[in-house]
Amino acid sequence: MDEKRGSTGLEAKITVRDLDMGYGSFVLMRNMNFAVNKGDIFIIMGGSGCGKSTLLKVLIGLLEPLRGQVFYDGANFWEEDARQKDLIMRKFGILYQSSALWSSMTLAENVALPLEQYTNLSKSRIRELVSLKLALVGLAGFEEFYPSEISGGMRKRAGLARAMALDPDILFFDEPSAGLDPVSARLLDDLILELRDSLGTTVVVVTHELQSIFAIGNNSVFLDPDTKTIIASGDPKRLLAESKDPKVMSFLTRGEKTSQGVES
Amino acid sequence: MSTKSQNKAEMRFSHPSQDTLVVHIGGNWLLETSPPSTELLESEIKSFKTTRTINFDTKNLTNWDSSLLIFLSKVFNLCAQRNIHIQTEGIPQGVRKLLDLASPKRQRKGITRKGEKKSFLVGVADTTDDFIRTSMEMLAFIGEAALAFGKLLCGRANFRRIDLITVIQESGAQAIPIVSLISALVGLIFAFVGALQLKLFGAQIYVADIVGIAMVRVMGAIMTGIIMAGRTGASFAAQIGTMQVNEEVDALKTLGISPMEFLVLPRMLALALMMPLLCLYADLMGIIGGMIVGVFMLDLNFMEYYNQTKSAVALTHLWVGLFHSAVFGLLIALSGCLKGMQCGRSASAVGTATTSAVVTSIVSIIVSTAIITIVCEIIGI
Repeated sequence: MDEKRGSTGLEAKITVRDLDMGYGSFVLMRNMNFAVNKGDIFIIMGGSGCGKSTLLKVLIGLLEPLRGQVFYDGANFWEEDARQKDLIMRKFGILYQSSALWSSMTLAENVALPLEQYTNLSKSRIRELVSLKLALVGLAGFEEFYPSEISGGMRKRAGLARAMALDPDILFFDEPSAGLDPVSARLLDDLILELRDSLGTTVVVVTHELQSIFAIGNNSVFLDPDTKTIIASGDPKRLLAESKDPKVMSFLTRGEKTSQGVES
Repeated sequence: MSTKSQNKAEMRFSHPSQDTLVVHIGGNWLLETSPPSTELLESEIKSFKTTRTINFDTKNLTNWDSSLLIFLSKVFNLCAQRNIHIQTEGIPQGVRKLLDLASPKRQRKGITRKGEKKSFLVGVADTTDDFIRTSMEMLAFIGEAALAFGKLLCGRANFRRIDLITVIQESGAQAIPIVSLISALVGLIFAFVGALQLKLFGAQIYVADIVGIAMVRVMGAIMTGIIMAGRTGASFAAQIGTMQVNEEVDALKTLGISPMEFLVLPRMLALALMMPLLCLYADLMGIIGGMIVGVFMLDLNFMEYYNQTKSAVALTHLWVGLFHSAVFGLLIALSGCLKGMQCGRSASAVGTATTSAVVTSIVSIIVSTAIITIVCEIIGI
């Protein structure tokens, strides 16, 4: 498979080939192959403990895979030298499960740090950018607040503003709706969709929230801890309509069906 | 949006009619290409005062990023101030959507916080208020700790014995290497400093008295106290502080388990028990340190040094030293646990609690040493 073209023939932003991942001698998943196309909202799904977050760690460069390759725009990430890796990683924006905002800094300082680190922009320009990013996630006026002074939903949005600081090509989300009320979760989903539509950003989301999966996902992989492989991939809505796999059906219907038409 | 080239960002203006201004935006509007500022547009509007509508033409726009959004937001504000109508049709759809997301109507109303400046008097009042509040909290904490001790004596205290053993091991046995090193070196330094003076009139043998009395009566306890404040007191504050952050302390409270008995009591007990033992050990190591200087530098006989130490150090000195150490143990455990329990709910709060625990422990060690010394002087021991 051409690393710049996915299996669908579209332009592949991320291509994963023959990937084994785990910790030390413990293999969590093996032989993973999939491609994330430009502009996709790609869902990594599966039950708790199946390795979703570990796969995310491999994708964002925090954990080296046991075997296999990850290509970004055709560049083999784990084979590149440290400088190249750094350049590739600079195109990532990551929203961590706990938002991971730096608690000793205000929201403005949190968003400004990546800009100060990686650009030579003037202070006033950075201030304008910070205000814009916070306004994009609906947090205008909260610049001088500390993370401990705002709600969990707002912290997620502030985390997203920080993730978008450097206008990333790919946004990664680890359990974006975890700990959010349904309305905040829905608003965050809408925000992800709007950002993808307007910026054309590729989005990779690790989640097991079914409502989010169906609301925003247009491509996915399903990780199965028993076989340690990907047992389904594609549009989640299509998987729900067509999948014959009992595990996938059980997951996508909250355990109501184990395969098409069969009640568990 | 992602592909970048060296083409500059361009902006020019045209006036298809008297009241319409078309802003032609082209090239790469990226942060690194330093796109034009709104001042150019502003001066254009000033020179064509009849302008009532602004249109945009972005046919030649190759790439854009947040800089275009900032530019357009400024243009929108400018036009709102001057009552100029903006036709957004010419702006790329993605940009329009983002501008809509960032628009004031999507934000919460009335939220602003600028760097607040307090007046001097308000600052004094706040500090006094904080001081009174923390003093009351400290007193309440000491009271609760005393009650928990009472319960322990009645055999009704609720804590896991394994926790007590773990804390005893961590604060006792595992502290031996650092206590050995520091105490031996302190004994050595004492002997060395004393020897320089005593040698002048041939009274080297009294090095044994200096080292023995100083270490056993107070320095052994103080050095152990300071080591334990930095090592164990800080660890108590960080442990309990992190438990506050993770709501583990709340979980104990809601189960009806007193955090004072479950978390604080075993730590206080462990330190109150271990500190005298460590102090005794530190005394011995200090004397050995002094002996090294005495034997190898001053050419004293080993038995001579031993006998001189034995005759100089009275049992009263030892009891005073051990009393110091037990008090220090309680104070370090109390400060560590108090600061941990008062910890806020963030990573930086844990750091503040830890620092504060160490500072409080050391200050209380020095203050209590002064008080005990004065009391000993008054009662003549």
